[in-house]
Amino acid sequence: MEFTLITLLNGLSYGLLLFLLSSGLTLIFSMLGVLNFAHASFYMLGAYFAYAISIQLGFWPALLLAPLLTGLLGALVERIGLRHVRRHGQVAELLFTFGLSYVIVELVQLVWGKSALPYAIPAQLDGPLFTLYSTAFPAYRGFMMLLALLILLAASWLLKRSRVGLLIQAALTHPQMLEALGHNVPRLFTLVFAAGCAMAGLAGVVGGNAFVTEPGMAAGVGSIIFVVVVVGGLGSLKGAFITSLLIGILQTYAVALDVSLLSGLAHWGIQLAPDAVGYPLLRLTLAQVAPVLPYLLLVLVMLLCPRGLFGVRD
Amino acid sequence: MLSSWRGKSAWLAFALILLAAPLAFRQSGALSILSQCGCMMLLALSFNMLLGQSGMLSFGHALYAGLAAFASVHLMNRLAGSSPAALLLVPLAGGVAGMLAGALFGYITTRRAGTALSMISLALVELIAAAALMFPGWFDGESGVSTDRVLGAPLLGIDFASQLQVYYLIAFWLFLCTAAMYGLTQTPLGRIANAVRDNPQRAAFIGHDPRRVRYLMFMLSAFFAGVGGALTAINFEIVSAENLGLLRSAQILLFTFIGGIGYFFGPMIGALVGVLFSSLLSAYTRGWQLYLGLLFVLVVLFAPGGIAGVWMSSLAGWRRITMRFLLRLAGALLMAGAAVFLIEMLYRRAAVL
Repeated sequence: MEFTLITLLNGLSYGLLLFLLSSGLTLIFSMLGVLNFAHASFYMLGAYFAYAISIQLGFWPALLLAPLLTGLLGALVERIGLRHVRRHGQVAELLFTFGLSYVIVELVQLVWGKSALPYAIPAQLDGPLFTLYSTAFPAYRGFMMLLALLILLAASWLLKRSRVGLLIQAALTHPQMLEALGHNVPRLFTLVFAAGCAMAGLAGVVGGNAFVTEPGMAAGVGSIIFVVVVVGGLGSLKGAFITSLLIGILQTYAVALDVSLLSGLAHWGIQLAPDAVGYPLLRLTLAQVAPVLPYLLLVLVMLLCPRGLFGVRD
Repeated sequence: MLSSWRGKSAWLAFALILLAAPLAFRQSGALSILSQCGCMMLLALSFNMLLGQSGMLSFGHALYAGLAAFASVHLMNRLAGSSPAALLLVPLAGGVAGMLAGALFGYITTRRAGTALSMISLALVELIAAAALMFPGWFDGESGVSTDRVLGAPLLGIDFASQLQVYYLIAFWLFLCTAAMYGLTQTPLGRIANAVRDNPQRAAFIGHDPRRVRYLMFMLSAFFAGVGGALTAINFEIVSAENLGLLRSAQILLFTFIGGIGYFFGPMIGALVGVLFSSLLSAYTRGWQLYLGLLFVLVVLFAPGGIAGVWMSSLAGWRRITMRFLLRLAGALLMAGAAVFLIEMLYRRAAVL
């Protein structure tokens, strides 16, 4: 029971961080129609900016300033690069952001070096939040979950209720009409791209010290957030939310479970010799398979329903 | 084009360059770079069958080359002690292995078009690359599987012990596959692939299932990637899980696009530039990957036709060179020089820190 609950909580907090990351990606995709390959790079930039600011001003200013800085950079990228590539089509946009992710990793290494940074959890949040049976749940994990939920609420309110949100929804389907009504649609696009990047930056601020801040961190989550977005259905915020939680919980449980098909067979009284057919496959523990589970999930979903779980359009 | 005088002379020139290249660069280091170029050209050309010809942006092309390379290495280890003539056929076996992998994974990849296709190929390459590390018996983890390309007693003095003989083996397969891939662009399948790239709906209206066309092109491309992978394995005599990963796929994508995807010969230029970048420039600066990335971004932004596109348009417009064009060129060169200087200074500073 204790194991189940603690793993569930850990899975939820990881899943919510994944959602914080993929919600920005989904927002940008559903609005601009471009899957920002450099999204995880903005996550990395958020963490590095937060580190640089927190050693000068402390963690709380960094929590505010680092996402803003990342968003500003995102706005610049959209204004200088992406806008001009758009006329060459979707593939060109994807290629541009792909090249950008390559350049950002190199630049980060150039400025901050290749080794991991000592970006630490703030002292106020460095302790247990509560103790369940005998396992302590860290306060910082609770803070991450709270932040992700707040962002979810704020984003859905902004999209559904506010004036800007209505304009964004209108620009999704009728950009020309919106333009004719006198709204500046290109500026709206820049704004949305910046907001998505700022969300990735925020995820970086809290993810950078919860996990580790190093040049490989973008590559570590990069592919998984694309899995989240594709499995959830391209452009669906609800799908991204459910898939993030699903993958977070699935992966956390898998990492914690040290069972294999072989041990399962042994449980039923079947003993296999090491030279039996498929022995290497049966010997794999679930913990070893954990890193590939999201990709396996994607392949399965693509075979069963090619549009994704909540896909609305191609 | 193939029958025209200009087409014939282009192919003749290509063959002559392949034959004569080792005479100009005799050192074994240069020969090794030439061999790498040959393998990479084959990979880039096969990748362009997907990206340039059929409009499929795959992030997992190294998968097919890498799996074929593993298959070839295991095959070569089985063949040890037989005649060296067997090595001539190893690339063909690699191609078949690549095609089988393409048939299996391509079925999933090509179910969707556009962005989703890219993402599925990305997931597949992550899946297989991570899975390869789980099965040390077949893939041998990070260290890789090694082999010996000298299979047995020399046949007519050829035993593939020298780099020169390996180069000619690679050049032979490169020429053969290039001709085959060019021929494919002239077939109905190649033309329909272009139609599916440009307008899948119209292609479907005239009775060609876009998904089937994509799947066919995917398998054929995987075949040529497999030949390239097998040649890489023969060249280096070792394959590791690194050959399957996203980084290797990204490299092929970068090189191909820099060369130019709109022209048949573009990827070959890209492979040449890319291999020179990674083997020569890396000796001088630690920032070569940054330069490669920047070059790629600039090509995407300003020259979607790649180096081949710039070259063809400057060939067409060389009479119209004006003072303004020269001034612009000088300005661009000056800015590039300043950027390089700045980046190098930063790298020096980072090295001191």
